[in-house]
Amino acid sequence: MRLSPDEMIFWQHGFIKLNGTILFTWGLMFLLAVGSKLITRNLSTELQRSRWQNLLEIVVTGIEKQIEDVGLRHPKKYIGFLGTLFLFVALASLCTVIPGYEPPTGSLSTTAALALCVLVAVPFFGIEEQGLGGYLKSYIEPTIIMLPFNIISELSRTLALAVRLFGNMMSGTMILAILLTITPFVFPIAMSALGLLTGMVQAYIFSILAAVYIAAATRGRKSKPEPTQAIKA
Amino acid sequence: MDSMTLIAIASIVTAGLTIALGSIGPALGEGRAVATALSSLAQQPDAATTITRTLFVGLAMIESIAIYCFVVSMILIFANPFWNHIIAQAAGK
Repeated sequence: MRLSPDEMIFWQHGFIKLNGTILFTWGLMFLLAVGSKLITRNLSTELQRSRWQNLLEIVVTGIEKQIEDVGLRHPKKYIGFLGTLFLFVALASLCTVIPGYEPPTGSLSTTAALALCVLVAVPFFGIEEQGLGGYLKSYIEPTIIMLPFNIISELSRTLALAVRLFGNMMSGTMILAILLTITPFVFPIAMSALGLLTGMVQAYIFSILAAVYIAAATRGRKSKPEPTQAIKA
Repeated sequence: MDSMTLIAIASIVTAGLTIALGSIGPALGEGRAVATALSSLAQQPDAATTITRTLFVGLAMIESIAIYCFVVSMILIFANPFWNHIIAQAAGK
């Protein structure tokens, strides 16, 4: 019973292993990069545009609007990082329809790497926005006694991000594998569809949580932005 | 009862109990969250997108607790360090 794509070894030389995680991650990177490059070769600004360009525009403007809704004022600064997080995790889950593919986010290494990226990005954007002193001062809000708790909350948020994504992806593939040995036909298809849905939801959750953490760091902890916007009467 | 049997029994029972007890809390919490979200949607249908988005974020945070319990259960069944150690010892003998 395979617990993660780490255990699918395709090629080995000494202690250098090419396992499923690395292979599928590079496959996804290739797909995203080459696909985007091909679609954006001849961009058109008239009403007549290719359907792929339309698709990309829907995705990009959708992500930009979501980032703005969370409370980040200049979404163009953050859309590179947050958009990539969302697209990578979403595509990793969507490609499960390809036979023989295991999502690389089903391995704790991948999700830990993504969570570490968020851990580094939050102080980076916070210092960029507020300066080093301003950002470090936010750890002492509201009193200096909260300093260890603020630091612990940063680390536990990262851990929670990694384990949440890993657990969701791993459980999806594992339930599918177990069901395939019991009832090989109808039920695994329903579970596979459910796995696709949870994959997309987890991709959205990962990027929205990263956006909320960045918003909290760039806005300062005193005036934490509300995720709900006032309703225009 | 030798230590190998004892480790096996403890691992299996704990794995079952972990996921069983660990799913109760999150399930109840998610039920309450969705119920409150539905009633606030009925009160203010204009804020539907905001409420839905906040609901999903909240559900994911609650779900993580169940996921932690699931991961512990899986580790106990499939990647149990005590079992691996005792098997290695028995094989080495």
